[in-house]
Amino acid sequence: MNRVSLIGCQILILVLTLVLWHVLTAIPMVDGKPLMPPFFFSTPGDVAMRIFKWFSEGTIWRHLWITLTESALAFVIGSVGGVLVGFWFARQPIIAAIFDPYVKIMNALPRIVLAPIFTLWFGLGIWSKVALGVTLVFFIVFFNVYQGVREVSPTVLNNARMLGMNERQLMRHVYWPSALSWMFSSLHTSVGFAVVGAVVGEYLGSSAGLGYLILQAEGTFDIAGVFAGMVVLAAFVIVIDAIVTMVEKRLLVWRPIAGDART
Amino acid sequence: MIQESAKPSSVNPSAASAVTTESGPAATPAVSLRDVTITFNMAGQTPFTAVERANLSVADGEFVSIVGPTGCGKSTLLNAAAGLLRPAQGSAESFGAPLNGLNRQSGYLFQADSLFPWKTALQNVAIGLEIAGTAAATARAQAQDWLKRVGLANFADRYPHMLSGGQRKRVGLAQVLIRDPKILLMDEPFGPLDAQTRQIMGNLLLDLWSADRKAVLFVTHDLEEAIALSDRVVIMSAGPAARIIGDWKVPLPRPRDISEVKLDKGFHDLHREIWNVLKEEVLKGYAQTEGR
Repeated sequence: MNRVSLIGCQILILVLTLVLWHVLTAIPMVDGKPLMPPFFFSTPGDVAMRIFKWFSEGTIWRHLWITLTESALAFVIGSVGGVLVGFWFARQPIIAAIFDPYVKIMNALPRIVLAPIFTLWFGLGIWSKVALGVTLVFFIVFFNVYQGVREVSPTVLNNARMLGMNERQLMRHVYWPSALSWMFSSLHTSVGFAVVGAVVGEYLGSSAGLGYLILQAEGTFDIAGVFAGMVVLAAFVIVIDAIVTMVEKRLLVWRPIAGDART
Repeated sequence: MIQESAKPSSVNPSAASAVTTESGPAATPAVSLRDVTITFNMAGQTPFTAVERANLSVADGEFVSIVGPTGCGKSTLLNAAAGLLRPAQGSAESFGAPLNGLNRQSGYLFQADSLFPWKTALQNVAIGLEIAGTAAATARAQAQDWLKRVGLANFADRYPHMLSGGQRKRVGLAQVLIRDPKILLMDEPFGPLDAQTRQIMGNLLLDLWSADRKAVLFVTHDLEEAIALSDRVVIMSAGPAARIIGDWKVPLPRPRDISEVKLDKGFHDLHREIWNVLKEEVLKGYAQTEGR
């Protein structure tokens, strides 16, 4: 299947879904009512109007900006922490062994239960959402970097030693690139989780952001608003994912197939 | 198997003499392994002896091959010469100095892919100089020159996964040789390559080697390759506790072309002679691995 017909099929599915949605919710069928009540399912037209209104009035930009800021901060802080701790643990097996059960406990804990605590600690502003995102991103990056440092091919490592590398040079030329490649291969997952952390955090208590927007609409039974929020959120995530793919292609140019080792 | 157990020690025609004759008695050998025994400790099991009381000496400028059945400990012995493994008994010396840690005089070409996958061919070759403190521009220029010498001048910007197996070996060879080690250790470097590529790589190796005659210790399971390349061929017995059981000088003249030297009568006679010894060990090794 070539690229044009592939994109054609993808667009076709979108159009069919929208048509079906419209037929079921906006066209009177039985007793002059549509099959699915618009009160619960809204209509494509209403949702489109709402999105148009948000953008034309410009109210959406502040919320998008807040969510983007929270996601970016969560991603950066979580990644830096994950890289540092992952590196440290991988190079110090004893430390790793001591902390092992606690790492498992922390990772097994559903992060959503931490949200109220973070709200208490950091308030309703962006930092409680950032903290929630960090707890998600940190573990993904941490596990990948840990794995990446430990799974350096022994032949490559021996070769590096025989070429005369000292411990610091091994770090820079062998462990670091290997760990980064593992981290980058999980970029999609970790960026995705940063957004999840931000939105869920907003949803649980905030004064701005896409999660807040959806929560507000839900609170007033404004289904069009809920759907509109979801559409904007989906578009937001797709744009970020496309940027990640671009970054990944540049950084992992030495990989046979970029992104085949996603976790 | 029982009848053969007495035989190996009798087949040792030139082991003692070959050590000293090549470069005179005064010169210290580039590599000298004396009574080297190497054991591996495995958790919960009795220690496994891979190599037992091996004596091997490589003179400066000499090309020595180690041939033996699969799994006999050839690579283990090579790793002892490299300092990657520490012998349980015996001593390993390089140019008269006991090895303490890695053998800094040596370059090692591995059997498996050992290039840095995140570096281009050029960066892979240059790295050996860069970490030694050479200025980046100088290192790059020399690396480019070495890529040219191994026939990859136009592949400098390729990453290892974009190169064929043979090309990766060429980069590996340049990566090792750019540092100008006094000893070249090679662990079945052409093992994964197809027959034609092996021959081409063998000739390339001889070409590069003849330029400055480093000491070479070359491990292979291919007797033909060993004879065609080397000054001396050393045979190891089947493992475990493998020993060195034979040592032949290769009297063929240099420079050699691998495909031509294989047609030489002297080559065939020597091949037959060594193979008679090696065959028994190969069968023994085969019987052991099959029996497990």
